[in-house]
Amino acid sequence: MEKFYQIWKKFGKNFEEGGKLSKLSSFYDAFDTFLFTPQTTAKRNGTHIHDGRDSKRTMIIVVLALVPAMLFGMFNVGYQHLLATGQLATISEMSSCLFWKAFGFGFLAVLPYILVSYIVGLGIEFIVAQIKHEEVAEGYLVTGFIIPLIVPINTPLWQVAIAVAFAVIFAKEVFGGTGYNIFNVALITRAFLFFAYPSHMTGDEPFVRVGSTWGWDGGQLVDGVTTATPLTQISTGGEFHVRFWDMVNGLIPGSVGETCIWAIALGAILLLATGVASWKTMTAVFAGGAITAILFNAFGAADNAAAQYPWYWHLVSGGFAFGAVFMATDPVTSARTECGKWIYGFLIGFIAIVVRVLNPGYPEGMMLAILLMNAFAPLIDWCVVQANINKRAKRAIK
Amino acid sequence: MLSQKTKETLLGPLNVNNPVVVQILGICSALAVTVQLKPALVMGIAVTIIVAMANVIVSLIRNTIPMRVRIIVQLVVVAALVTLVSEILKAFAYDVAMQLSVYLGLIITNCILMGRLEAFAMTNKPWDSFLDGLGNGLGYALILVIVAFVRELFGAGQLLGFQVIPQSFYDFGYENNGMMLMPAMALILVGCVIWAHRAYNDKEAK
Repeated sequence: MEKFYQIWKKFGKNFEEGGKLSKLSSFYDAFDTFLFTPQTTAKRNGTHIHDGRDSKRTMIIVVLALVPAMLFGMFNVGYQHLLATGQLATISEMSSCLFWKAFGFGFLAVLPYILVSYIVGLGIEFIVAQIKHEEVAEGYLVTGFIIPLIVPINTPLWQVAIAVAFAVIFAKEVFGGTGYNIFNVALITRAFLFFAYPSHMTGDEPFVRVGSTWGWDGGQLVDGVTTATPLTQISTGGEFHVRFWDMVNGLIPGSVGETCIWAIALGAILLLATGVASWKTMTAVFAGGAITAILFNAFGAADNAAAQYPWYWHLVSGGFAFGAVFMATDPVTSARTECGKWIYGFLIGFIAIVVRVLNPGYPEGMMLAILLMNAFAPLIDWCVVQANINKRAKRAIK
Repeated sequence: MLSQKTKETLLGPLNVNNPVVVQILGICSALAVTVQLKPALVMGIAVTIIVAMANVIVSLIRNTIPMRVRIIVQLVVVAALVTLVSEILKAFAYDVAMQLSVYLGLIITNCILMGRLEAFAMTNKPWDSFLDGLGNGLGYALILVIVAFVRELFGAGQLLGFQVIPQSFYDFGYENNGMMLMPAMALILVGCVIWAHRAYNDKEAK
């Protein structure tokens, strides 16, 4: 490692002022800080944090937290493919040969999305950094990893590329880049796909790949197998034949990373243990969703299947858990005041369930709920701060 | 034919003093009527005619209008012209008039009109006022056409109702972008036009 470090630093001389490649210095800098903790710290005067840690370390933790969901998602893509094409009837028949086939199929299916997401997104980031003569910001590391996890597996790649370009330019760069965006960039990507190409985002087909991947293992949908997600089944007619534990285990059709609650829980534990995500926001989202669902159970219309859906089903179905753990807690777009986090999270859970239950056009409301609350997060913070100021002002007058 | 000053009156609003992308006026209708190119064109022409005519009329009577009721007088002139244009459109281009629906009548409230009448026609001679109205109307129409061109091309694959993107593209997997048909995208496109416009003019200024 030490040797590699020496060679790398020597290579870096080319990028310094006056060097051969000085125009590409931000390019080098991005990889340098990605690989090694920077040696420079703030000056030892004033109230700075004297630490070489930069936000890339934080980002890497989030990426690590996402890895279980990604690995399980790859397996599940292959598993759903085997089910849909009739190569497998239940999970109990899974042999180790079929397991690796499922994982390999899923890996090959998901890999292009990861590549497209990073190449397009980072490409734009690098270009913008060159134009603005700034360092390449690290925010896209996480965004680029989340995007393959939240788009349905049958979305055409060129659409993903357009959506990523749109989101990075219009949701991030125009606001000033990483740390300045109002909306969660990964969710904007998904929202763009959702509104621009709705045929790939809703309905029965999008979430299970029946056909081949790279020409490998094509197949036909077997009679009697449903490829609709539980939420789609609910919204289109009510009856759902998915067992609760299947939804917790994640063996259901859905976007790549959102299905397995265990994998998401692993990520959540890492995020909470390292303090990267706020436990308040996370808890508040689940609380908001649960309370809203219980209220709908009690007072909702009897003929509305989604209203009668028990609260613990709501929390484990669709993107609710994934959104609560990885998207609602985004430190840039969520509320920052401690009290504001409770309000912000609770309203996300509330709106997500309300959209699911009351709007039959949108089987899933998590994306819309988080984006909507992203817009209100600064207002919530402002109100919390104002309330505190007023409280203290009153105390001072007494 | 045109002196330097009158040339500026006519051509200024097309670029450096564009009512939509510089003064940010008339955005509401720019978002509403630009899903397709045809209604956008008709809307642009209608607004151009109405601004030019209203400018001339108000300029002609500008010395006889009492200052305290001038807004009402201007409104009456504009309302009369809008009614005239919408009746003509209903008679000769019924489909487009129906597509434009309320936005045709709402030209009355278009800020560009009141803005030009107040800012220019009240203090200038008829010929100058006519050129100013023409320039502002065309500046408005220009932005509408640009936005509508992009929206119809990528949203429906058509231009003026004719299929432009060939069927072979669709067979290959191309799809129309539904986002383009939404007003939100029109706002973003107007933003892009403003972005390009500023970038270009800043470069010119340097």
